[in-house]
Amino acid sequence: MLRILGKIQRIGIVTEPLPKNDEPALEEIGAQLQAKIGEMFSSSLAIREVDAGSCNGCELEIHALNNPYYGIERFGVHFVASPRHADMLLVTGPVSRHMEAALRRTYDATPEPKLVIAVGECGANGGEFGVSYASCGAVSNVIPVDAVIRGCPPTPSDLMRGILQAIGGLPARK
Amino acid sequence: MRTAAWMNAFLGKLVLIEIHAQEVPATGLAPARLLLINSDDWGRFAHEAKNWDCRWVAAWGEDSGDDLIANACFEKEGAYLVARTRIPRTNPVLASHTPYYIAADRPERHIQDMLGIAFTDHPDARRWTRHRAWKESEYPLRKDFPAAGNPPAQTPPNDNYRFLFAHGAGVYEIPVGPVHAGIIEPGHFRFQAVGETILNLEERLGYVHKGIEKIAEGRDATGLARLAGRVSGDSTVAHAWAACMAMEKAAGIEIPPRAVALRAIMAERERVANHLGDIGAICNDVAFTFAYYQFGRLREAWQRLSRDVFGHRLMMDGVVPGGVAIDIGDQMIAAMRSQIASQRMELAGLYNIIDDLPSLEDRLDTTGYLSPETASAYGALGYVGRASGVAFDARKDAPYAPYDRLTFEVPVLTQGDVAARVHVRAQEILASFGLMEKLITELPPGPIRADWTTAPLGAEGLGITEGFRGEILSYVRFGENGRIARYYPRDPSWLTWPTLEKLVRDNIVPDFPVCNKSVNGSYSGHDL
Repeated sequence: MLRILGKIQRIGIVTEPLPKNDEPALEEIGAQLQAKIGEMFSSSLAIREVDAGSCNGCELEIHALNNPYYGIERFGVHFVASPRHADMLLVTGPVSRHMEAALRRTYDATPEPKLVIAVGECGANGGEFGVSYASCGAVSNVIPVDAVIRGCPPTPSDLMRGILQAIGGLPARK
Repeated sequence: MRTAAWMNAFLGKLVLIEIHAQEVPATGLAPARLLLINSDDWGRFAHEAKNWDCRWVAAWGEDSGDDLIANACFEKEGAYLVARTRIPRTNPVLASHTPYYIAADRPERHIQDMLGIAFTDHPDARRWTRHRAWKESEYPLRKDFPAAGNPPAQTPPNDNYRFLFAHGAGVYEIPVGPVHAGIIEPGHFRFQAVGETILNLEERLGYVHKGIEKIAEGRDATGLARLAGRVSGDSTVAHAWAACMAMEKAAGIEIPPRAVALRAIMAERERVANHLGDIGAICNDVAFTFAYYQFGRLREAWQRLSRDVFGHRLMMDGVVPGGVAIDIGDQMIAAMRSQIASQRMELAGLYNIIDDLPSLEDRLDTTGYLSPETASAYGALGYVGRASGVAFDARKDAPYAPYDRLTFEVPVLTQGDVAARVHVRAQEILASFGLMEKLITELPPGPIRADWTTAPLGAEGLGITEGFRGEILSYVRFGENGRIARYYPRDPSWLTWPTLEKLVRDNIVPDFPVCNKSVNGSYSGHDL
């Protein structure tokens, strides 16, 4: 136990306090994100992530949002286990035809009002996989999409910026 | 890769028992050897290979017009053998290898769904890769099936698959997925349980089938490398390397020594990144969040340096036909060296903590036990195999450049539990550090990319690399004008997914996530 506490004390907080050269304006984006979430989602934005056919590259970077560098929870964003608890769906694609029904059901299970962000090149436009006998291509070919975050895969900062932009355009809820 | 003495004796034995096998030269497959087998002898051939303790590696098929071609790859003592047979399109029936090799079960059902070869004595007649996006009478890998297909306006859910049933008082079922609770890939798990104990698990995969084999057709070499880099995003380097190796062998292209070393540095960086992330995630699955954040921190730092050095956090598209896309300078070499040194120190401290923490011991030791016998029967690869006594590592046992001139340890344990899989991965990180230091120190000067020359019509190649999950096999055949006629990547997940069904038995349902994470099969790499 002492070793664990020692390690915790030695490492301190690595969560990035100030804009750094390699991750520009993380704090700035975060602050705006937090303000917007405070205004519109009572300080808490619940996201349900849906992999609708991705190569898992996007999932790795969405995961990274929870690592201590980005710590996206500090801005009021958390990932939830059920679409019924979600304000937003973060959907990676392309939407494989075998995931089409599951994605529609997940969308239907998410209460209104809801936001859908298509993540990655594949989610945005089919990417490397396009439309085929096995792939529906872009997420918007299957469910309504409010915003896209491009990149193969988008970096964690791209994702944070994209989430901010998606909620930035919304009228205030209360 | 090497040719072992057993193979000539094996070929002699085939003659003796009247299995018609003809060895034909296949430069692109070398050092693997190619045998043409009479289709009538296909089943007996596998039986004999099993008698010789060959490991089942992969199976794939191809439409060649009048005939359908079936391939099966075996390995023993680092020497690979590709068996091939032809069957008429009008009567595409073949004996199954599954009675001898359980590992061939799902791959043969995949071939049945994709190419329409019926395996007569296959023990499981159910479809595998196909859900309901195309009809039972359609086969996407046939040349007359258009890549666009003829899909229904809305694909119905896959709700008419016959799962195994369990009967008895108190037995209940838990269906999970395809959409899971975390940020993970989709698939369906059907549990039968009594109380908290798992009686049986049945996996139902195929949800992220994206038609990779089909849409590979007609691509040029660069396009195929990009696609290969997206077979499984976490193994982008290893898959792109295997595909490029296959294409380079087919086209007869030798890549510069510096490119070889840079590919290996990227591959080792990929291995370390995945091991770091997964060790943390396994600890998180048993609520030891300290390790999750500590390993997550190291992984993030590691990914950032990958971006600085190779231009991408996952190093996607860094491996290209003929070499690599990006060269590295002295400054980046110094940065990698110092990061290895600092992470080695950090990990020594973290390993001390996770190695003797009672709460981890309680949850990880004996959990998800995979016996060496089962691991070997299923041909388990990577850390799943190596935690259960199956030592095979392509870098060591069938070494390709640059690993053929490097010495390194491959950790092998026999405890077979989640703890052992964590331990193997922890030790592999340290071995990768050593490998990278050697590669950096002895980085050859010179160009990083050879000129690409169009491969002749029909040229084929086989690439085998060791990804973080284990051996990746990539088969490529070129068609006209240097366009791809066939691409088949066999992700190691094909061989490790079935072991998950076995190793969760008699565990409690709440331990399923940690068992699953300790295997960490790729859904995308498997569903193709």
